[in-house]
Amino acid sequence: MTEQSHATTGTYLRVAAALVIITILEVGVFYVPTFQAALVPVLLFLSAIKFTLVVMFYMHLKFDNRFFTFLFGGPLLLAMAVIVSLLFIFYGALRLRTGV
Amino acid sequence: MAYETGTHAAAVAHGHATSLGLDSRKMAFWAFIGSECLLFGSLISTYLVYKGRSLTGPFPHEVLNIPFTSFSTFDLLMSSLAMVLALSAVQRGDMKQGKIWLFVTALLGMVFLGGQFWEFSHFVREGLGLTTNLFGSTFYVLTGTHGAHVTVGVIWLLTLWIQALRGKLGPANAMTVEITGLYWHFVDVVWIVIFTVVYLIQ
Repeated sequence: MTEQSHATTGTYLRVAAALVIITILEVGVFYVPTFQAALVPVLLFLSAIKFTLVVMFYMHLKFDNRFFTFLFGGPLLLAMAVIVSLLFIFYGALRLRTGV
Repeated sequence: MAYETGTHAAAVAHGHATSLGLDSRKMAFWAFIGSECLLFGSLISTYLVYKGRSLTGPFPHEVLNIPFTSFSTFDLLMSSLAMVLALSAVQRGDMKQGKIWLFVTALLGMVFLGGQFWEFSHFVREGLGLTTNLFGSTFYVLTGTHGAHVTVGVIWLLTLWIQALRGKLGPANAMTVEITGLYWHFVDVVWIVIFTVVYLIQ
């Protein structure tokens, strides 16, 4: 397989190291009181980096045909839109009901 | 792209090519993963919508064990590494390494499931059942669905491992291992999101 020219064992190990370091950072941020104000955006950002690393390198989307990225990215964006829309609808309705 | 060219040449050689020149099995599996995004998207949004709406305890901060779940996260991330190493070994025909890494992946998956079983048992002892409150219902359905996916993945990996032990798995059917890997990594990325949304953002 020609995969070796793109993602070597070394690349896989470096990605794994990055994933572990980011997880340690996430847990660290959770416990440090200074970060409490920016906890949600920081955690979401770190989580997005881990997600992207796995999808790009371990699922090979970085090296594979763009059509697979479309097949995965389309529903992923739709799922994110569903989550955001439901949160807006639910909390909007709650705000209308309670007036807060 | 070399990886793309290599996998597509294999698809044509094995009669699985589509009119786009892509492997039909891989294309179908990516479409399946896309549909799974919507399933987990709806479960995660349900969890978020009902977050903080429980009228009775136990509440998340009373039961969630971050150090323990961090270990489970580490375990699942390492299983993804083992999976790509298994695929890499099978693709280059190193079946000895392939068998080892396939088994290691399944083993790490079983460790994760054991941890989830322990966590659920602990929560039940703490008084959190499926119908106790909104947190219990949404938490068990979301993490339980993920756990069911891990269980399917472990069974799939063990099946491949047994095939490899019998000498029925080699570079010629590396696509089977690649598709298994896609499923396993997807289970991993779903956990990455769950770990952040459920455990860390309380």
